Order: sequence, then structure tokens, then C-alpha cells
Amino acid sequence: MVPLSYYLILSGILFACGVTGFLIKRNIITIFMSIELMLNGVNLSFVAFAAQWKALSGQVFVFFVMVVAAAEAAVGLAIIISVYRNRETLNVDRVNLLKL
Amino acid sequence: MLHLIIFLVFGLICVAGAVNLLVQSHPINSALSLIAVMASLAVEYLLLGAEFVAAVQVIIYAGAIMVLFVFVIMLLNAGVEERTSGSKVAVIFGVPGVLIGSALVAWVLLTRSDTNPVNVGALPGDPKTIAGLLFHDFLLPFEITSVLVLIAIMGAVVLASHPESVQQAKREG
Repeated sequence: MVPLSYYLILSGILFACGVTGFLIKRNIITIFMSIELMLNGVNLSFVAFAAQWKALSGQVFVFFVMVVAAAEAAVGLAIIISVYRNRETLNVDRVNLLKL
Repeated sequence: MLHLIIFLVFGLICVAGAVNLLVQSHPINSALSLIAVMASLAVEYLLLGAEFVAAVQVIIYAGAIMVLFVFVIMLLNAGVEERTSGSKVAVIFGVPGVLIGSALVAWVLLTRSDTNPVNVGALPGDPKTIAGLLFHDFLLPFEITSVLVLIAIMGAVVLASHPESVQQAKREG
């Protein structure tokens, strides 16, 4: 018997860690991993609410989120490889061609 | 009581892995701690009765996606990240902001929530039930997802392929 709010707090902590990593990390791969961490936090709250409201569509939604995350990881890592080929760096501060 | 202990143990592993992801400066260490986060999240899903989601979490997230990440880290020979001035500003403003935000969310959830405790196994989340939903109620989104995955495959191939080697292959073939 675990209260729903514990699950939501855990999911909030994971999401906050993801946001922090997105802000303070400079390596483009680690930033990408922080995005995955945020998606995981959201998934946990989906499953917790599905159990709370006895609605299985929440779990189906998690499945869709995972599919989109997998597609996003494939395309994003291909973009990272392409960026590395052109700029020879993984530091986002050095990929600033659009900066004024 | 046992459920609460399991929840707390794996929740602590989860949070420790997430914090370790932020602290480590080498991307391969961050990737390994992210795998720990995902594996312990699968246990939390099992506690909530979501068997199918737990299995998919281990197979797809901790398996396929993280292998892709580790593969790219190895391929690009990513080293320790270098710190620049931009990240210091983000640390000064970002970390306190995130801490205040999560503390606020936790306070609201703990004081204002009138939610029931979640029973283990209260909800049948086995593959049979999920499949019934997925191939009946959610058939159209499921089919659209297949198109999305196809486009993602083509996009990844186009983006990751080397333009010169493609031209060379065209000339030869």
C-alpha cells in the first residue's frame, strides 16, 4: 500500500533531475540522456495515475511514449553523429552557428 | 509494508542514479547510471501492477535505446566534457529553481492530496489485456506509430550516412 503521492513525487524528482541535467550539462549526448530521464519521469506518473483511476489506457499511452522515445533516440543520435562530423565537437557551446 | 519498503529501496536507487547522471562528467558513466534508473523504474511499474510496461521498459529502454546511446558514445570517442562560462550561469539559476519547484510540487502533493493508496495488482496490466486495448481501441494510433517508426528509420539512415561515401557508391554502382 503505497500512497499515490509518493509515486508522483518520485516522478517529479526524476523530471526535475532531467531538467537540471538539460540546463547544466554541456555534452550533447548527456543532454539527450537528460531528455530520456524526463520522459521516464512522465511515464511513471502515467502508470501511477492509470492505477489510481483504474484506467488501462494510461499504460497504453506509456507504450506510445516509449515508441516515440525510441524513434526520437534513433533520429537524435543520427543528428549528433552528423553534427560531430561537421563540427568535430560534442560541446553544445561550440555548436553556435545560428548565434548572433 | 513490504511494498512500501520495496518502493523506497528502488525509489532511492532511482534518485541516486538520476543525481549520479548529473554529477558524472564522463558520458559513459552517465549512461550507466541512466540504465540503473530505468531498471529500478521497471520494478516500480511491477509494484503498480503494470507487468507489460515493466517488461517493455527493460527490453526497449534499458536494452535497445541505451545500447544505442553507449554505441554512439563509443563511436564518437566522447571524453570528459569541458566546462564553459555558459554552464556556470545555468548552475547558478537552474539548480535552485529546480529545487524550489520540486519542493513546491512535493508540498502540494503531500498536504492537499486526498488520493487513495495504490493497491498492488488492483489493475490487470498483463500483456493480454493491454493487447486487447492496443489492437481494438487504439488501433489507429498503433498503425500511425508504425508510419512514424518507418520515417524515423529513413531519417536516421539519411542523417547518419556519409555524403561522400554515398556519392562514391552511386558512381561505382
